[in-house]
Amino acid sequence: MKKKLYKAKSVNEAIKKGLKDMDIDRNQAEINIIEQGNKGFLGLIGKKKAEIEIIVEDDPVTKGKDFLENLFSKTNIDVDIEVKEAETNQEQVVYDLHSPDLGIVIGRRGETLDALQYLTSLVVNKNTEQYYRIIIDAEGYRDRREKTLERLAHKLAQKAVKKGRKVVLEPMPPHERRIIHITLKKDSRVKSYSEGEEPFRKVMIETID
Amino acid sequence: MEELVEVIAKNIVDQPKKVETALRNDDGVIVIELSVADDDMGKVIGKQGRIARAIRKVVKASATKEGKKVELKIK
Repeated sequence: MKKKLYKAKSVNEAIKKGLKDMDIDRNQAEINIIEQGNKGFLGLIGKKKAEIEIIVEDDPVTKGKDFLENLFSKTNIDVDIEVKEAETNQEQVVYDLHSPDLGIVIGRRGETLDALQYLTSLVVNKNTEQYYRIIIDAEGYRDRREKTLERLAHKLAQKAVKKGRKVVLEPMPPHERRIIHITLKKDSRVKSYSEGEEPFRKVMIETID
Repeated sequence: MEELVEVIAKNIVDQPKKVETALRNDDGVIVIELSVADDDMGKVIGKQGRIARAIRKVVKASATKEGKKVELKIK
C-alpha cells in the first residue's frame, strides 16, 4: 500500500496533481480529502490550500510475490518465484516455485505447498473487497499429483467393485478429495463420499448395487 | 527461524507492531513463542487452528532444511 499527500489551490487540482505524480488513474486510487481549502476573502484573508491523500493498494500479484520472497529470505531455502501470467487473471493468481530443495518446498503430499498457498491467500486478500484465488505450484507438482490421484481413484474403484466392499482412502486435503470425486463421477459402478473431520477427512469408495 | 514466524505473523495480523517472538532451547528443541495483540489471536490461529497449522508447516519445512527441531507456541 502506498500513501501520499498533495496540496494545491483546490481539491480538484490537488487530485489531478497527485494522480499525475503517482502515474495512476482515478479509479485505481482511494482519495481522502483532508482540507477543502479556502480561497479566502478577496483572495487574501483566510486563504488555505486544499490537501488530499491518495492511497493506492498494491496489486494482488505483487502483494503475493513480495510476501513469498520475504518469507523465503528468512529461510535457508533458495526459491525462485515465477508468476504464471497465462493463468493469472482478475479472479486468480498463479505462482510456480522453483527450488533446488523442491521436496522440502512441496512437503509430504504437498502439505507445505498447501500451507504456503493458504497463508499467501490470507495476505493477498487481507483488507481487499475482491477475493483472489491463490494457486501455488512447484515445478508442475499439482498437475503430476492430479494425474496420480486420478490413477489411484480408478485403481481403488476397481478394487471396490472386485471385492464388493467399501474402500477407505488415506486422509487428504479438500482439493485432492475433489479430484477423486470428479474422477469417479464418470464411473457408474461406484460412488464416492468423504467422512471425518479436517485434516483427517477421508474419501470412501463404495459400489452401487 | 523466529524471523520467519515474524514475517508471516506481521503480514496477517491487524497490528503488526504488537507481534513479538521469543526463542528458547528446550533440550535440543528450538521453541519459538509467538505473541500478538489480543484482538489478533484469531488471525494467527484461525478456525479450528487452520492458520496456526499452516504457519507450523512452513516453519517445519525451514527447520528440516536446517536439520533442526522447532516447535511453535502461540500465546
